[in-house]
Amino acid sequence: MKKFSYEGHTAHQFDVELNDIKHKVMNMGGLVESMVHNGLEALMTMSAEIGSQVSADDDRVNRLELEIDEECTRILARRQPAASDLRMVLTIIKTISDLERIGDEAEKLGRISVKLSNETDVPRYYKDLRHLGDLVKSMLSDALDAFTRMDVESAFRTAAKDEVIDREYGNFARLMITHMMEDPSHVSHALDMSWCARSLERIADHACNICEYVVYLVEGQDIRHANLDDMRKKLL
Amino acid sequence: MNNTLPETDPVASINIDQDKPHEQTIEEIVASLGDTVGKTRVDNPKMSCTGVDVFYADKQAIFGVDLDIADNEVISMIGPSGCGKSTLLRCLNRMNDTIPICKVTGKLTLDGDDIYDKSTDPVLLRARVGMVFQKPNPFPKSIYENVAYGPRLHGLSRNKADLDDIVVTSLKKAGIFEEVKDRLDQPGTGLSGGQQQRLCIARTIACSPEVILMDEPCSALDPIATAKIEELIDELRENYSIAIVTHSMQQAARVSQRTAYFHLGKLVEVGKTDDIFTNPKHDLTENYITGRFG
Repeated sequence: MKKFSYEGHTAHQFDVELNDIKHKVMNMGGLVESMVHNGLEALMTMSAEIGSQVSADDDRVNRLELEIDEECTRILARRQPAASDLRMVLTIIKTISDLERIGDEAEKLGRISVKLSNETDVPRYYKDLRHLGDLVKSMLSDALDAFTRMDVESAFRTAAKDEVIDREYGNFARLMITHMMEDPSHVSHALDMSWCARSLERIADHACNICEYVVYLVEGQDIRHANLDDMRKKLL
Repeated sequence: MNNTLPETDPVASINIDQDKPHEQTIEEIVASLGDTVGKTRVDNPKMSCTGVDVFYADKQAIFGVDLDIADNEVISMIGPSGCGKSTLLRCLNRMNDTIPICKVTGKLTLDGDDIYDKSTDPVLLRARVGMVFQKPNPFPKSIYENVAYGPRLHGLSRNKADLDDIVVTSLKKAGIFEEVKDRLDQPGTGLSGGQQQRLCIARTIACSPEVILMDEPCSALDPIATAKIEELIDELRENYSIAIVTHSMQQAARVSQRTAYFHLGKLVEVGKTDDIFTNPKHDLTENYITGRFG
């Protein structure tokens, strides 16, 4: 495995700039992580308050995306980075776009919670989302950790979890179909739940993308659309 | 007041060698760099270096370089100052012969023939392996004469019409004909820096070389003149092999297909330019192209 450092440039200011965007990405990641946590919590507790908070946080995430994007553009124009520095800037540009999408998905959870909080007779089975939600939260947290530590091994391990989540999502979808067939009056709620599950599954996909970027950043090897096991054997 | 200096310098008399850690010699550092990373050989070599060492008197400047320059490729040589890239470039057309203390060992071939063989005429070699220098250096002659000089010397033209043809074609290939066609009889030194450099390239092309060596050809030029030369390098690649030494990493990335990184006289890494600038394998290459030293 390669060593990775974004410091030690003769132009010290370049270190500062790279450090700065990396920290901003970590902040953005933290914010998005809390949005996913709150979105799920809003859903579990049917809390309109937490749900609206998630929507408000989405604005901050969007602003951060614009800000980091702009800084990356400035670095590209001013420093013409190469090799690991170039990969770092490219990785950040891609990562923030995935983080922003995660924020959007979390915002959907919040929006549906606000909507459900005004309704009566919400079926109990929305609690079934908890398991899928916990898996997704842990995957996102691991992906962000892998990014922070530039840890390829952990990135591979985390990316592999996407399969488990896809399976769990399939189970949940089947469950919803059963509920809809059993009680057609709940079709609307079951559809809402399916949308939430879909959002969680998408969040896991974005987390998986971030893991792939970490491998590209450190190893210089693009593992998207490749077999994870093969790539892992090749690189580790 | 006593203004006389003490007979012994108190600073010099301190034994500075005491407790001094062992400083690595260049040879030791070079040995620690290991083998060259990447493929030094190509399928269609135009020129080949094998185990090339270069010495300036006792000081070794190049350490066992193996490297091929392929047909119709641009290879860029990069590295910090004093890393031997220009020295190696100058070995390729025996320009180092002009430096009495310079000694070259190892094998350098052009189309398989040893260029340091006794039977090789360095003047003919330099016609086949032309060179463009850092600073444009046109002869103090007319634009026409600058280009006509080489072909006339090497007897490449049978008559005046032939020579005219060579001059016009060379100026066209060097992308400068349109700018100078009305003043071919005026001195080459009256042109702008960028034009002078393209005139020098035209002068090189006029001798029908097979390889063109360029030693930082754009370092004295403005960005527009640089862009023109880079465009020209790309066009010239169709007919020639080009080796270019440059301090501009972006230039190396733009114009070359392969890049060789030198450090302290050793070829550290060579590979496809695209790979070297996105994912170099050797830490020293990485450090150099990301601006961590040098």
